[in-house]
Amino acid sequence: MSATGIGAPVRRKEDFRFITGKGQYTDDINRPGQTHAAFLRSPHAHATIKKLDISEAQKADGVIAVLTGEDLAKDNVGGLICGWMIHSKDGSPMKAGSHPALAQGKVRYVGDHIAVVIAETLAQARDAVEKIHVDYELLKPVIDMAHATDSGSPVIHDVAPHNQVYDWHLGDKGATEAAFANAKHVTKLDIVNNRLIPNAMEPRAAIGDYDSGQDAFTLYTTSQNPHVARLVLSAFIGIAPEHKLRVIAPDVGGGFGSKIFIYAEETVCVWAAKKVGRPVKWTGDRTEAFLADAHGRDHITHAEMAMDDKGHILGLRVKTKANLGAYLSTFSSCVPTYLYAPLLSGQYNIPAIYVEVEGIYTNTAPVDAYRGAGRPEATFVIERMVEVAAREMGQDPAAFRRKNFIKSFPHQTPVIMAYDTGNYGASMDLALEMADYKNFGKRKRDSAKKGMLRGIGFSAYIEACGIAPSAAVGSLGAGVGLWESAEVRVNPVGTVEVLTGSHSHGQGHETTFAQLVSDRLGIGIDQVAIVHGDTDKVQFGMGTYGSRSGAVGMSAISKALDKVVAKAKKVAAYALEASEGDIEFKDGRFSVAGTDRSLAFGEVALQAYIAHKFSGQDLEPGLKEGAFYDPTNFTFPSGVHICELEIDPDTGVTRIDRWTAVDDFGNIINPMIVEGQVHGGIAQGVGQALLEGAHYDANGQLVTASYMDYCMPRADDLPNFDIGITTTPCTTNPLGIKGCGEAGAIAAPPAVINAITDALGHEQIAMPASPQAVWRAAQKSLHKLAAE
Amino acid sequence: MAMTMTGEAVLPALQADVWAKLNDPAVLKACIPGCQSLETTEDNGFVAVAKVKLGPVSATFKGKVVLSDIDAPNSYKISGEGEGGVAGFAKGGAVVRLETVAEGTKLSYDVEAQIGGKLAQLGGRLINGVAKKMADEFFANFAKEVGGTPA
Repeated sequence: MSATGIGAPVRRKEDFRFITGKGQYTDDINRPGQTHAAFLRSPHAHATIKKLDISEAQKADGVIAVLTGEDLAKDNVGGLICGWMIHSKDGSPMKAGSHPALAQGKVRYVGDHIAVVIAETLAQARDAVEKIHVDYELLKPVIDMAHATDSGSPVIHDVAPHNQVYDWHLGDKGATEAAFANAKHVTKLDIVNNRLIPNAMEPRAAIGDYDSGQDAFTLYTTSQNPHVARLVLSAFIGIAPEHKLRVIAPDVGGGFGSKIFIYAEETVCVWAAKKVGRPVKWTGDRTEAFLADAHGRDHITHAEMAMDDKGHILGLRVKTKANLGAYLSTFSSCVPTYLYAPLLSGQYNIPAIYVEVEGIYTNTAPVDAYRGAGRPEATFVIERMVEVAAREMGQDPAAFRRKNFIKSFPHQTPVIMAYDTGNYGASMDLALEMADYKNFGKRKRDSAKKGMLRGIGFSAYIEACGIAPSAAVGSLGAGVGLWESAEVRVNPVGTVEVLTGSHSHGQGHETTFAQLVSDRLGIGIDQVAIVHGDTDKVQFGMGTYGSRSGAVGMSAISKALDKVVAKAKKVAAYALEASEGDIEFKDGRFSVAGTDRSLAFGEVALQAYIAHKFSGQDLEPGLKEGAFYDPTNFTFPSGVHICELEIDPDTGVTRIDRWTAVDDFGNIINPMIVEGQVHGGIAQGVGQALLEGAHYDANGQLVTASYMDYCMPRADDLPNFDIGITTTPCTTNPLGIKGCGEAGAIAAPPAVINAITDALGHEQIAMPASPQAVWRAAQKSLHKLAAE
Repeated sequence: MAMTMTGEAVLPALQADVWAKLNDPAVLKACIPGCQSLETTEDNGFVAVAKVKLGPVSATFKGKVVLSDIDAPNSYKISGEGEGGVAGFAKGGAVVRLETVAEGTKLSYDVEAQIGGKLAQLGGRLINGVAKKMADEFFANFAKEVGGTPA
């Protein structure tokens, strides 16, 4: 391992500019002649617009234009799309209601976009928004997902008369029923996965710019996947053809999924730029982020698991209602289906699984992928189920899991996935040792002496990352392929630019991708620049989500590097006057086998460009190669997290005392960055378990729309994390990488809730397990104990 | 989100006078905190503009108010709807009752309201406190109008 190669804990190159305030975020960019946009948003959850009067706003100071859904329709601007087709059990396609970027006759959630004011200053735009008069006819809102599909419920979209988007299933129903018929024990549980609001540090923003000379648009936007944004804005929304639309996603301050999607605001900014003939800028404020960024999770599930008399799992059946909000966001349809149900086998050998999922419209913000996307929901179900099953059967939860672990690979689950590799027992062994599980009983007794309730909770998670083989996702309904592209440009002096479709917004690609190049070409990471986030520079790419940048994005770079080295060997052979077969490349030098003749990588690069030693007919000058990499399978990171916590029954305050995380991410490029990803993921997962929860009142008002009411985790809510690593390299990509970006957020919630229920001695606690909820539950436990 | 408030004030005035002033737009305008205009409409109601501050949200509300269930000089129901632009909206009503007591007239009220938009998003926790404060302010002003201070 070299100082900056694969496996080195290199400090992040990008951090200097971030921590010194030199990052260039969308809001830092200002275009000459720029105008400012402010949106009028619906204060009502469900209403028809009887009259929209913009005349006073149009006359207000500084106003350049006031645009509405009618203007969008006149310009034939298409609605926002959902790019993954799900079919119901009966074969019918999902019921996607139209989603205009500005409302056309009806609003469907608080925060829905009605009109935009474009003015000289932001203050003028905001003032003029107040002068738009809307005459609403209020409709009864549909808020409670559990009853949204009841007959007589108000209809949100005419295409979905019962507010049901789809009624989907996966697995073998007959085999699962047979498994239950043979069961000696059945565990049943009702499970709610609470609704979350992503809260990236940087709010969403967009600048639309139109060059009338070139008849071309530029959109600066906070996107995790600028090429996908361009594709959707071109091919579906119809703003401009792709060669006339450049999308730039500069530094982006966190996404967690919420910046994958193509939203109304950027659509309007880029369209309006041509209408007003000047650049149009919008930067969301925090309230807008709460209201109109796609939310996450929000499932109601009933699950049943069948066991034989020894505790071997025979079957699992799961029925889930998934709240998709008022409109289908870009990838929302696949999150509670193909990113959820195929993960319900967890790390376990379960012969039969049957899953039913209903996608449901409500008058709430759209719900889409949020860190983990479907996999945290699946992991929460299976890890709560095995924990409760073990307790009901009087078995140790670690032993119960181990008994049911998949032990031979590859393993085909009954729900699509074929796990290539893993060693779940090894992760469990290390985790138990690091967590000092054998002395837990003593610690519990010590806590009890202080009047505290101590609990321990396990989470043996699996996730499917590196999404994904294009042909596979295509067969499941995806509208796009999920490969990744890379281009490696070697400059004549031997420095390297890597152009990648993987966008970096906190993941540290500028460091880890450079480490791969450093490792392969034997040059320092300071000799490597990673270029991303600009559709004019990078030809195409599918972006960053689903922990795919390492497994897919870097695999593409690896393929391109192979081609660079192969070409450089040819150049070196000419320059060293040797036969190509005798050229060896090691530690950054090309040498002739068995001689002391060699050239450094930079010298070969120069030879490639000056082209003095070979004829252009024999070998093309230059040193630049590209590659597209399409994975052959998902990757399957896994691990065991153990949460140990203490509850004060008098106050309900839960304090996490120890956190052990043992993860198998396959090969690791930079252990420091991986550890950082694990820390951040656990923090978000603990946030979901203990603190965060989006809540709408019965009228559809979001009452958790500020940090006063929506509680984000802070450093003092978290313990130090004990991080361990086991490694089984992924067998399906050239680097053996599995991915680590979402693991913590997937693993953490069941670990926390399993620990709390262990401490309390019963299973009824909902997320977020706030001090109030825990206190109530603790009082119940104490009464029960007193009665016994 | 829903807001409820009940309260009462004893005013040192005759019930008939209190009732008259409760129906006098000029008096109401002077007493409603932040009220900028208040005009009667044909259907037993008013159109009002009032400036309201709720925590970080400051807005000018335009609303229509209707009186119903009028039982002069004992009680009426006042209900209305106000739009505060991007600050959101408020709608609801109050049952107002008058009763002659030894010290003058006891006025009691029972408010039920819904708020939405920014008011609910940012001001949810503050709404009850602010509403109570505005009610207190209203009755302090109103007591002055009917002569004296509220008991």
